[in-house]
Amino acid sequence: MEKDKNLIDKEVVFTEFVVDDATYKTQLNKMYMNRKPYEPFNPSHLKSFMPGNIPEVHVKEGDEVKEGDILLILEAMKMKNHIIAPFDGKITAVNVKVGDKVPKNHILLEIKP
Amino acid sequence: MSIKHKTLDLKKRMQGALLGGGQKAIEKQQSMGKMTARERIVALLDPNSFHEYDLFVEHAARDFDMDKKHLPGDGVITGTGTIGGFPVCIYAQDFTVAGGSLGIMHARKISKIMDHAMNLKIPIIGINDSGGARIQEGVNSLAGYGEIFYRNTLASGVIPQISVILGPCAGGAVYSPALTDFVFVVDKISKMFITGPEVIKSVLGEEISMEELGGARVHSEITGNAHFFAESEQECLQQIKKLVTYIPWNNSKKADAFPKKAPKTRQYKIDNIIPTDPREPYDVRDVIRAISDDSDFFEVQELFAANMVIGFGRINGETVGFVANQPMVLAGVLDVDSSDKAARFIRFCNAFNIPLVTLVDLPGYLPGIDQEHAGVIRHGAKILYSYSEATVPKITIILRKAYGGGYIAMCSRHLRADFVFAWPTAEIAVMGPEGAANIIFRNEIKNAENPEQVRQEKVEEYKKKFANPYVAAAHGYIDAVIEPNETRRFVVHALEVSSQKSELRPTKKHGIPPF
Repeated sequence: MEKDKNLIDKEVVFTEFVVDDATYKTQLNKMYMNRKPYEPFNPSHLKSFMPGNIPEVHVKEGDEVKEGDILLILEAMKMKNHIIAPFDGKITAVNVKVGDKVPKNHILLEIKP
Repeated sequence: MSIKHKTLDLKKRMQGALLGGGQKAIEKQQSMGKMTARERIVALLDPNSFHEYDLFVEHAARDFDMDKKHLPGDGVITGTGTIGGFPVCIYAQDFTVAGGSLGIMHARKISKIMDHAMNLKIPIIGINDSGGARIQEGVNSLAGYGEIFYRNTLASGVIPQISVILGPCAGGAVYSPALTDFVFVVDKISKMFITGPEVIKSVLGEEISMEELGGARVHSEITGNAHFFAESEQECLQQIKKLVTYIPWNNSKKADAFPKKAPKTRQYKIDNIIPTDPREPYDVRDVIRAISDDSDFFEVQELFAANMVIGFGRINGETVGFVANQPMVLAGVLDVDSSDKAARFIRFCNAFNIPLVTLVDLPGYLPGIDQEHAGVIRHGAKILYSYSEATVPKITIILRKAYGGGYIAMCSRHLRADFVFAWPTAEIAVMGPEGAANIIFRNEIKNAENPEQVRQEKVEEYKKKFANPYVAAAHGYIDAVIEPNETRRFVVHALEVSSQKSELRPTKKHGIPPF
């Protein structure tokens, strides 16, 4: 039953890993390798906060919109969520069309003040 | 009717009930590569030790024509038995009876055997294999789950609770295992999730298989919900049999002592395990095996957050809980997952009177935006909390690096370790020499004609002065600097003299750990 798991013997590849300017030889685990790179917040990118469907799109590229205008609807968890303009501006890109299914954090629209 | 007739009648009734969902359903269960609930109990317990109760319980559903259906035992088998003489209360959901679905009587049987376990002060083992709530029983089946969760919570820290996932365990049902101490899973058989692939697909449009969503591997490697991973049901049952040898019946007892055995020092030579360069990796489990009885180490959560190693072993016949940084993975850093993993184990050991032996070799907490945003502050605080809170004997051995917050967190004197030992290779400092030199001598390095050379000199200077155990020893933060091959002798003695340890703590309802 006791499995021999002396990993060192199994020709493990060690990579270099820096903590506080010191370089260590070690293995990286799955969670570390799969971590997502950080993206700073971009107010021009209107993203889906949940995965869902797009039943309605109210704007097209080049439209001038006012703060609070409903730009499109993201249907998620049986709720029709209004995606509204965060500020007065111009729509510079519409990346979805009616009927699309979008994952979380998908850039739906781009807007410039 | 004579006694003979009545006995025959009993036997007949029993035969019907013992067959569960019937021959066809049993064959279906077996064709999925699964044992039946009864086979599992028999395979886990000592021969002839299983005593079943509530065999004739009938289900209580009346709607949707359920009153015309007969569900033997209402889909769950409950009873008591022994594992190597160790008494347990046990229940196993029977998938052959209405898919092991949970109705109110099914839940009452489980609640009853849990109440038994609490009154008898013996562990409870739950084998989960159920399609979930019995929809026909409506809110009654929800009530049933709630009763179980409440009992799991009251039993927590009083009696050991073991969950075995040998089939689906979905929706609210997953919260009973989540509240228990150890969760066992089997590859390709165990499936745990709150919402299944179908719901996820219809609501969110995301496609994923059951295995990828909540299979045994996922819970062993990624979520940390499972503690023991097995390739087969047989292996899983063996793991449970082994676990119960290390734990006590309840929180007022100690685990049974075993005959003392020396470590296999020929195989695990402590002097050969650690590389001289503090930045070279090694397997810290070999150090544990070099000091534990018979070089036995029973690892918990082997696949999850492998930068921290936790598990049980024995020193001079008595169970101890080992907590160790693993330099072989992520240089042994503390991060969100490893802190969480260690903290929970420390609390289990403390609740069940198992002394803690901590082996320290870490460069500190893992730097990174993802870690900071994932809450490494509150998760990292869990390990400080649980070590500080623990009143069992606490013995710490610093093998090599113990830098910064990592030094404090890994059961330092300041968190009330009873004994702190350090090897001559130990480096106890606010940070590693490279980082420290870069900060302390920043200007000297910057203004030097040859910055790189000066930097190297300053690193060496710092190393000489601080990268050793003697500065900490001079302050009395370390009780003894010991030769590595003396480690077991010191640990054995430390455990001997602390066997009657008692510590008074301020009375409170409960603390507020950084959950």
